Amino acid sequence: MRMPDTSEILLLVQGVSLAFGGVKALRDVSFDIRKGEIRAIIGPNGAGKTSMLNVINGFYHPNHGAITFKGQTRAQMQPFEASRGGIARTFQNVALFRGMSALDNIMAGRTLRMRRGLFLQMLRYGPALAEEIEHRHRVEEIIDFLEIEAIRKVPVARLPYGLQKRVELGRALAMEPDLLLLDEPMAGMNLEEKEDMSRFIVDVNNHYGTTIALIEHDMAVVMDLSHRVAVLDHGVKIADGTPDEVKKNQGVIDAYLGVAH
Amino acid sequence: MLYREAGQFKTTYAEDMAIFPIRQDRIALGILLGIAFVGVPLLATFHIWPFNSEYLLWAILLPFLILALAAIGVNVLVGYCGQISLGSGAFMAIGAYSAYKLGTGVHIPLAWFGFAISIPPLPVLPSILLGGLMAAIAGILFGIPSLRIKGLYLAVATLAAQFFFDWVFLRVPWFTNYAPSGSVNAPRLDFFGLAVNTPIERYLLCLIFITVFAVLAKNLVRGNLGRQWMAIRDMDIAAELIGIRPLYAKLTAFAVSSFIIGVAGALWAFVYLGSWEPLAFSIDRSLQLLFMVIIGGLGSIMGSFVGAAFILILPILLNLIPTQLGVPLSTETITHLEFIIFGSLICYLLIKEPHGFARLISIGKEKLRLWPFPY
Repeated sequence: MRMPDTSEILLLVQGVSLAFGGVKALRDVSFDIRKGEIRAIIGPNGAGKTSMLNVINGFYHPNHGAITFKGQTRAQMQPFEASRGGIARTFQNVALFRGMSALDNIMAGRTLRMRRGLFLQMLRYGPALAEEIEHRHRVEEIIDFLEIEAIRKVPVARLPYGLQKRVELGRALAMEPDLLLLDEPMAGMNLEEKEDMSRFIVDVNNHYGTTIALIEHDMAVVMDLSHRVAVLDHGVKIADGTPDEVKKNQGVIDAYLGVAH
Repeated sequence: MLYREAGQFKTTYAEDMAIFPIRQDRIALGILLGIAFVGVPLLATFHIWPFNSEYLLWAILLPFLILALAAIGVNVLVGYCGQISLGSGAFMAIGAYSAYKLGTGVHIPLAWFGFAISIPPLPVLPSILLGGLMAAIAGILFGIPSLRIKGLYLAVATLAAQFFFDWVFLRVPWFTNYAPSGSVNAPRLDFFGLAVNTPIERYLLCLIFITVFAVLAKNLVRGNLGRQWMAIRDMDIAAELIGIRPLYAKLTAFAVSSFIIGVAGALWAFVYLGSWEPLAFSIDRSLQLLFMVIIGGLGSIMGSFVGAAFILILPILLNLIPTQLGVPLSTETITHLEFIIFGSLICYLLIKEPHGFARLISIGKEKLRLWPFPY
């Protein structure tokens, strides 16, 4: 598999702690994501993986620590800073706009790039129509890429789960993100769907050069896809390195299989 | 067999994004507009059945058009943006009274500063549109709570708008130009020198308004702003994370919705009622509009028309049937029967199809495309 050609750091998380009352979701977690890599975050249930993603895109605000994205250090992200800065994400439980068609869902991902005001849109004339068509072209490219041409006008609530996941990936791609956060993109899929989704993830990384942070429970997928893996357990980072290093790490084996007390 | 899109190829995205991409739909709409703009006025001019008296035009078509316009406004907010509002009647009232004040001249004596603001009476069209604008401003103000509260709690907050403006227009005599009875008369309807007086003229005026506003609203909801509204409605967290600003999306929905409702209110007062008092825009009106939207179909411009027709016309028909059939029933019995049948029809419809008439129509269209085969 192609390794990223730079070691430039896109996102750096330093000493992040997050607590909900007495529950410590994250304790002093630090790691980095390099430009162009596929970075996996794994760990047993409740390890704090999704909390980590929520901190990165500004949905949770950490109690301590700093987040450096594209060279800019902040104590916390705001959702609009994250989306404007080029961080897109998909959700563990599909978070599509259920009343809209697949096409409209992906078009909604282009919101930040559409500039025409209310009055031009109301008349749907000249620049507003041209803008709509231009973005439709870009969206159709994504639809092509994800092979969902046949379902573009179907309301997403009617789609099977695997396709919903794919549309959600399409919506995130429509933002043309620099960093794509995927929260369990393969949860609940069968083998074939997992293979499809893995192919799309590798293609996104190769084709668009998008940096990807991935949470996934299927170890075979994680070990095959990712360049580097960070392991969380009970909110603490217990290992970080290439898939091979992580596989051999005793702490990781203990966290997953348990230790005799 | 007639409703088939086979052979209609679209070669550009613009064609694919048309309001009615299927040719048969365009033909049907053309026929409908032809009947509305040419057929009805012709029939009414020559008093041909069913227009032998002015009853149909005055008592059914005119209120139908105006309330359908208001229903479109409510649908933008409730159906597309998912913000439940019980204050539609208040926004209609704001539109009506603002248009009235602007149409009769505004005089604000500012005694403390030693001068007064006076605006001479404006022509009718600017009055109506500015009335809509005032409603939009009020809508934005009463939409601010929607940034923090959702669902039924928001509905209660908008109820505050309803009661507040009911009170204001009843108790502050400035708004009614100090009329002792509280009832006010609309200024003369004069559009660029054309007087609008007869029912046919009033009908055409409202028809033009609703056609223009329906097209503009449809353009908005199928464009970027409409997608933002629907995204906020369906999954606000995900919407925020793809860069949609809830503040902008919700407040534009409130503004656009209130503007349309305000214009509808001004038309209701000026064109339909002629003279009115605050009672015309009570909570009953808000609920009636909300029911129209729910029964017609949330998130559908066409649904607003169907819902308005159902809520407005069905009770009248139910009331007419026994008399027409010659069944000897007292007027009260007929009214009670009307309530019973109308209520049970609403229940039946919502159980059968909770998404309203708009969904029924789209299911029907899908079936028709495959007919006579089941799939």
